[in-house]
Amino acid sequence: MTTSVDYNDLASQLQGQFGQGFTPAEDYVEVPCAFIAKAAEYMKNTLGFDYLGMVTAADYADHFEVIYQLQSIKTNSSALLKVRCPKDKPFVPSLANLWLGASLQEREVYDLFGIEFTEHPHLKRIVLWDGFKGYPLRKDFKGKAYGASD
Amino acid sequence: MEIEPFTAAEIERRESDGIEALRAASQHPIPDPDSWLDEEIKRNVMFTTVDAALNWARKTSLWPVTAFTACCTFEFIGASSARFDIARFGMEVLRASPRQADLLVCAGTLTWKMAPQIKRLYDQMAEPKWAIAMGACAISGGIFCDSYSVVPGYNHIVPIDVYIPGCPPRPETLLAGIEALRRKIAKESIRKPK
Repeated sequence: MTTSVDYNDLASQLQGQFGQGFTPAEDYVEVPCAFIAKAAEYMKNTLGFDYLGMVTAADYADHFEVIYQLQSIKTNSSALLKVRCPKDKPFVPSLANLWLGASLQEREVYDLFGIEFTEHPHLKRIVLWDGFKGYPLRKDFKGKAYGASD
Repeated sequence: MEIEPFTAAEIERRESDGIEALRAASQHPIPDPDSWLDEEIKRNVMFTTVDAALNWARKTSLWPVTAFTACCTFEFIGASSARFDIARFGMEVLRASPRQADLLVCAGTLTWKMAPQIKRLYDQMAEPKWAIAMGACAISGGIFCDSYSVVPGYNHIVPIDVYIPGCPPRPETLLAGIEALRRKIAKESIRKPK
């Protein structure tokens, strides 16, 4: 069975590597936005989390949150990282050059939440079409009424 | 040499001669040009209206195009298998090419991203063609009718002939809808294009 890492241990390891700002919680570590690429690279190459399970996002009242679930095939353990970004400047570094699979899921997050992944090789809409206006999974997105064509 | 004009009596005589000659030659009726048709063929020729013959052919050989968007498809697959046996209606040939099909069974939720492909398939089908909206999503978008990504009913994209309610409709319901379409086709006429 996959076991979760000890997040206090993980946060102190990351802090020892990159400095302050890594906040452990009960079931995740909050990573400063600027450090997510470095932290993910450290976790992949040094801590052995070689598999990116998923990338998703959430819309809270005052910030966006991007959620990464990493897995280690070798030790059969998983870790959850969260990154906060402000609503008016939703920019998060891309992990697509670490895991190619991140490219697809970051595009989906960009498509539905409007969070832009900097240095993403091919950041464009993936589920919706190019001309779509708005980001439908944001809480302030107004759905279209019945019969509206556009 | 001077030619004398005909007298009135001469004109009368010539007219009379002509009539008598035609009358003498016309004592027997002209034979039927189709008399070479023998009795065997005569007994085997049916008379019908073009409409009735065409409609009979069309309604008994509806060929659906293989274009299904979501879960109502599985009820269609059930209807086309042995238990419900859609082959009774001459419909078992699902065509992979829209150019060989004349029925679009709109089964399932249609998203705006998929809509151009469905419209293109319908436009590629040769006339005469019909479309059945199968299930709540195909009729109105169903529970997704106010979604940002779902077409609120196939009739925004293609003209629909028969609406089959249900979520999903059971195969019996689908067969009842196909029966309704067959009755509709039987009333069509070549004089009034669809």
